[in-house]
Formats: sequence, C-alpha cells, structure tokens
Amino acid sequence: MNYFPDEVLEHVFDFITSHKDRNSVSLVCKSWYKIERYSRQRVFIGNCYSISPERLIARFPGLKSLTLKGKPHFADFNLVPHDWGGFVYPWIKALAKSRIGLEELRLKRMVVSDESLELLSKSFVNFKSLVLVSCEGFTTDGLAAIAANCRGEVNLGALERLVSRSPNLKSLRLNRAVPLDTLQKLLMRAPQLVDLGIGSYVHDPFSEVYNKLKIAIQRCKSIRSLSGFLEVAPHCMSAIYPICGNLTFLNLSYAPGLHGNKLMKLIQHCRKLQRLWILDCIGDKGLGVVALTCKELQELRVFPSDPFGAGNAAVTEEGLVLVSAGCPKLNSLLYFCQQMTNAALITVAKNCPNFIRFRLCILDPIKPDPVTNQPLDEGFGAIVQSCKGLKRLSLSGLLTDQVFLYIGMYAEQLEMLSIAFAADSDKGMLYVLNGCKKLRKLEIRDCPFGDAALLEDVGKYETMRSLWMSSCEVTLGGCKSVAEKMPSLNVEIIDECEQMEFNLDDKQKVDKMYLYRTLVGHRKDAPEYVSIL
Amino acid sequence: MSPPLLGVEEEVQSSVSSPSVECISENGIGLKERNYLGLSDCSSVDSSGVSSNLNLKATELRLGLPGSQSPERETELCLLNLGKLDEKPLFPLLPSKDGICSSSQKNVVTGNKRGFSDTMDGFSEVKGYVYTEKSWMFHEAGSDSESPQSVGHGKYPGNSGVNVILSTRSPGVKASVKQDEPANVLQEQPRATNGTSLKQTVISNNNTGAPAAKAQVVGWPPIRPFRTKTLAASSKNNDEVDGKPGPGALFVKVSMDGAPYLRKVDLRTYSTYQELSSALEKMFSCFTLGQCGSNGTAGKETLSESRLKDLLHGSEYVVTYKDKDGDWMLVGDVPWEMFIETCKRLKIMKSSDAIGLAPRAMEKSKANNKKEFGYGC
Repeated sequence: MNYFPDEVLEHVFDFITSHKDRNSVSLVCKSWYKIERYSRQRVFIGNCYSISPERLIARFPGLKSLTLKGKPHFADFNLVPHDWGGFVYPWIKALAKSRIGLEELRLKRMVVSDESLELLSKSFVNFKSLVLVSCEGFTTDGLAAIAANCRGEVNLGALERLVSRSPNLKSLRLNRAVPLDTLQKLLMRAPQLVDLGIGSYVHDPFSEVYNKLKIAIQRCKSIRSLSGFLEVAPHCMSAIYPICGNLTFLNLSYAPGLHGNKLMKLIQHCRKLQRLWILDCIGDKGLGVVALTCKELQELRVFPSDPFGAGNAAVTEEGLVLVSAGCPKLNSLLYFCQQMTNAALITVAKNCPNFIRFRLCILDPIKPDPVTNQPLDEGFGAIVQSCKGLKRLSLSGLLTDQVFLYIGMYAEQLEMLSIAFAADSDKGMLYVLNGCKKLRKLEIRDCPFGDAALLEDVGKYETMRSLWMSSCEVTLGGCKSVAEKMPSLNVEIIDECEQMEFNLDDKQKVDKMYLYRTLVGHRKDAPEYVSIL
Repeated sequence: MSPPLLGVEEEVQSSVSSPSVECISENGIGLKERNYLGLSDCSSVDSSGVSSNLNLKATELRLGLPGSQSPERETELCLLNLGKLDEKPLFPLLPSKDGICSSSQKNVVTGNKRGFSDTMDGFSEVKGYVYTEKSWMFHEAGSDSESPQSVGHGKYPGNSGVNVILSTRSPGVKASVKQDEPANVLQEQPRATNGTSLKQTVISNNNTGAPAAKAQVVGWPPIRPFRTKTLAASSKNNDEVDGKPGPGALFVKVSMDGAPYLRKVDLRTYSTYQELSSALEKMFSCFTLGQCGSNGTAGKETLSESRLKDLLHGSEYVVTYKDKDGDWMLVGDVPWEMFIETCKRLKIMKSSDAIGLAPRAMEKSKANNKKEFGYGC
C-alpha cells in the first residue's frame, strides 16, 4: 500500500493543515492513520464532551496546539447556566501529566479556573499562547500566574519598557486606564504595530500631547487593525486619518461616542477596509458612506447601541441594501436592525451571492415585513437560493414553515443554523433536518417543534455536532426516546427550575435540551439540574 | 444574474422528502411562480408602479396583482398571491389598517409559539412599535375580516391548505376578537406551566392566573452581556466627556399595580433604602389605603422597610426595580450605591403576584401583572 517511506508521507502531510483534510487523510488506511496521528500538531475539538483528554493524548502524542470549545452557543445569551459545564481543568491536568509539549491553548466558552491557569503556567515549558474567547471563571490572580511566566508587568512604565524591548510586538490593545501620553510613547516605540486597540481617546486637541500623538500615529505605517475608542473625543479623530488608508479591520463597536459626521469622515478615509464592526448609530446614511468608500469590504457587523431601547430606527433594511450594492465582496454579515423587508433581502441576495455567514437580528423577533406585513420567508429564501456557499445562517423576524422549506432545498453547504421564534409546525424542523446535508449545529429556541420532528430521524444527530432546543414543544418522553435509540448521543435536559424533580411525567415539556454526539458517554461533571438521559 | 427559477423545481422534487407530497407540489409549483428572483421582470414593467427610492417597493408592486388602490394594499397582495396561493382561491385584499396579522390566528393553531405571542405583544409595546396589542386582532374592517381571506395576512402556516382549514376553525375566535377582547383569544393558547424560565407577558384580562410575566425575553436580542455592559459604561463616560453635566439628579419612574398614574423619584435625594421606602409609601399611600382598609392593616405600614424585604411573609407589596441589563430585581439586596447606579425603574407590585415564584426565580423572572398592555413599565 505504501510506496513511500513513512518520513516522506509525513513530510507531505505537513503541508496539509486544515483539520478537515487531516481527518480525511487519517481515514485512508491504517498506515496513513498512524503516520498522520504522529505528525499532527494542531487539534480542534468542537465539543469538549465529545472526547476525553486521555484519548486525545493517546492518539496525538505530538500535540502542540489544542482548541477546545465548551458551552453551546446560546450560552452567550444567558440561556445556559454558568456552571453547566465546559471545565478546562481536567484537560490541563491530563495534558500536564502526559508528555505532551503543549504550546498553545485556545478555548471558547469554557470555564477556566484560576487553578487551571496556574497549573497551565507551570506545566509546559514551551507554552506560548493562550487564547480565551468568551470564557469565564478566572480572576486576575489566575492571569497573573500566566503573566508571571511571560514577563507581563502591569504598570505603565514597565509597559513602556516592555514595548521597547519587543521589536516584534505586533498587537497592542490598551484599556481605558492607559492615558494619552503613555499611548503616544508606546506608539513611538512600536511603529511596527499591526494591531492597535485604544481604550481611551480623549484629549484636548490643542495640547502638546495631542501633537506628539499625531506624529507618533503617522509613524505607525503597519497598523492594519484598529479597535477600542471606548471613550472618545470625536473632534480628535483627525489624528487617526493618516493610518486609516491602510486599515483592513476597524472595530468601533464599543465606541458609542463616535457617530454622525465625525464617524463618516473617519470611514471615508478607510478605503481598504475589509472588516468593519460598528454600532448602529452609524445609521443608514453612514452605511451609505461605507458602501461608497469600502469597496473591499468582506465582513460587516452592525451592533445595536441600545438593544432594549425604545426602537429608534437606527439602521433599517435600507442601510443593508446600500452596503450590498456598494460592496460586492461582502461575504460575512451580522446585522442588528429595527426592521427588514423581503424586497431588501431579495436585493441583497442578488447583489451579494457570496455570503458565507448571514446573521440577521431584527430586534423585535417576530416582526414581519413592515411594508407588506408578510413573513420574511421569501427574503431569506432568496438569500439561501442565491448564496450557494452559505455556511452559517441566523434567522429572525416573522417566519413560517415556508422559510425552512427553502433552507432545506437550497442551503446545501449550511453548517450552522440559528432559529428563534419561528415556524408554525414540526414541518419547519423536518425540512431542515432532511434537506441540509452538511448541517453540524442546529440551535432552536421558542419554536413549535415537538417530538414528531425530533424523532423523525434520530440518526441525523450523529452526523451533527450538536442540537439545542429550548422553549419548544419537545417532551421528556421524546428526549428519552432519542437517548434510547442513539447511545452515541448525550441527551441533556437542563432544568434550572427543577420541575423535573417533581414531575417525571413523560408528557412534560422540556425547557432546555442539548444533545451532542460523543465517543465517551455521559459526562461526570454535570451539575444537579442537568439530567443526561 | 439570478439562476433561473425553473431549475429549482427539479431540486424540489428530488431533495425534499417532506411527508406531504401535496404540500410540496403546491409549493414547488408555487416556487416556480414565485418570482422573487426575477426582479428584472419586475423592473421592466416598473415604470407604472409606485416608485420608491430604492425600487424595492416598486418591485413588490410588480409582484402584486392588479386591482388594488393603495400601494399598501398592492403590496399585501403581491407576495401573498404569488406562488402557492395561485392554486387556491385568492385571498382578496384585506385592507388591514393597522397592517398586522392576528395573533389570535396563531393561537388557534395550537402549539404555535407557545406563549410567545404574549411576549411578543408585550415586547412590541415596550419598544413602542406600531404593533400594539390592539392591532393584533383582526381589524373589523367591514365584512372583510369575517372572510377567510384575513387569515392570509401576517402569521399563517406555510401551507395554504392549512390556511383554509384555519379560517374555518377560527370564526369563533374572530368573533371574540372583534369584540375587543384579545385576552380571551390569547388564553386559548396552551401556555405551558413551566413559565418561570420562559418569560412572557400577559395581555389584559388574563384571568387564568398564568405565571406572572415579564416585558423582555431572556437572551434576546442575542448580544453578549459583556457588550451591553461595556456600552453602558462607555456611554456614561462619553456623556461626561462631552461636557454634559454628570447625572446630578437621578429620576426614575415608579409604577404601582393598580395606580392610575406613575410617579418619578430622584434617587439621589435618598441615601438609604429606608428613606426610599418611606418616600414611596408617602407617594402611593393614597392608593394603598383602600387595600389596607380591606385587609384591616394600617395603611402606613404598606411600604415600610420591613415590608420591602418581607416578601415571603406575605406582606402587601414588594418593590422591584429594573436594572441596566433589563432584569427585574428585588430591591434591597445590594448596597445602596450600587443600587443607584443600576436602577432604571421602580415597580411596586403586590406580593401576592410574586408568591408562587421561588425567591431565586423571582429575581430572575420579570414579574408583571399589569392589565392593560401586558406590563406597566
């Protein structure tokens, strides 16, 4: 079978970096499996409960970089209790015991205790990189442990010295507490910066510090990514203009102080922008400026500046249509808006057939098309029909089963679907499960999907990473049925109000169900209110 | 530019294995006619249509059918009549003045959106949207509302077959709706009992004792809490930066169940919970005397501090507040300074409405039993 010595194959495999490809390689034959596993350095585990650390270590002794994800996505929105799970400690403990030379750990939605961080900082000689996204459970003590091994100092003088000593420093993100003159000094010492985050940008435009800052900024010709501006004096933004022309990523989503003309002027300087994260106070008009200026734009995220507010029409469908018309390379969208129309979505679908991620959040979750009073089925249908490469979709607005028919029919590449307050019947869910062959993650809340939909094809769930259903119509009996038929799935019932204790009736509706495929059976660290069927 | 729609039909037949073949074929045919991708067709005939800046409305008109007066009516017809409904008797135009479908419709189709219509209505009202509770009923626009056509608007099942069924099922519902009693209709909705974690608003006249409701939906909009907190902090700082006066006075609305109007208090004029409670008591005593009279207890005690905190012992009222995150919390838990910083509104509610909720759930749930629009705050 093998025409080459193992070393040659290994060398070839070095060029294969994508996880999917590596997984495919390992399935070819036993010998390729063996070679691949010894040469694999980066492993991605999308659900930390799908496999155990021991098995990971056994299979990939050469592991250097591990990515782990814990809680389901809806945990970001307070739908999952804090102590549900996703503890990283057992992983670090197991890795520490082994001979793995871990260099990088990337965690998302995991619970990271100070203890874990301490253990981490002591256990791996070559450890270089810790990336925490949406994690919790640690305090500054824990971070201090990490920092102690990485020369992290806290005070400003030390920060300046650190920056001076770091000619390779590429990314510097400062919080509010760093004053302007420090910022200016840091920039003077780090003109090679690529990514800059400014916490507080408030100063007197006539001050010397400001002038020095202007000069310092101009020297930073490498800055491609700019963020922050938590506090900002809009009239001083002109100091930033010189570097705007090189920016590829601008994140102003924490800068409510920047809006109106000043914001538009800033954007007009950013001709090379590829990713823009912004608040909705930019308004439709501001998005029009983006459309005219940012022809290279690929990703747009518009966040609500007042999510629970009184519905001032900050951005509407008009802004989105303008951007779609002006930015044909747009492929990733997260858009919080007050309203959306079918016509707008249809237009957007025509203008931008390259969407990979399309996440629309209408703040009133079941709002119909305000012009026609129709559900938004047709609009989203146009999106899935036109965007053949769509991998991620989040729906909102008034939606019936029809939109799911379209999704099942057209969204062939869809991997992740988020549904809230939609559909009329089980049919909606069935269309999706039957149609979307590449579906990996399905998360549903407040939809009328019941046992019939859940049980129609339980085998499907083994092809997916996970399914979340909350406030739907599935019953305890239905969930038990899935668990019985599919031992390779963990079916978790999250019952914070502990109703299940008192009422074990199978007909009882389940408030939150999370099921996922796993190779290692029931997890042992679930809190009391989680029952694994 | 857009792929020909016809190509779709083959896909429809082969890939969708949905149980109801009839449904598919309808939809399949419907899709063929559904011209949403053929905008070029629309625009070519557009000149006669009502124009709009973005040509979007014109597009909609294009999709519509002849014979309607106002643009609004046309647009209502367009998507409705296009496609699958061609096979069925067309729903004539319904001049839905408020422009909203009926939520009662939804309720009749049981299992739909359990409880959400309540939440949604309340939600809409909070935001001050057009979709007020009233407009969720069928609008009694002449005889039109009696006809099945009205079913077609807004929320309806995706299958037109079901539509027809619905309309015949719903006349009773409609009648009651017409008489301006939305709550009765909405109560047909099978509201699950596990209500505490499922927040919902209760529309007026809810007499079933459904779990107390809240104005906002948990986890919606889907934004990370970190973001909202940071924004709140940033906004506050920016206000100061821009030279606006710092919050010298901190007026918040105070509502009370049963009181015909709200009051406002300046939180900065108090320094302890005791002071606040006395002030509230004075403000609202005129409303409580009646109740207290019937209970036989002295009116003065209504909002004393012991009452404030004495939820579990069945005291008359509890005071709750809405914090920056939009959550309703029991007053008295956190230090006063922290409370001032996070309190956005106050609400005095009957403790009887809070009874039945565990204290923890009470903290988490958005308790509200206001009659009129689902919540008083």
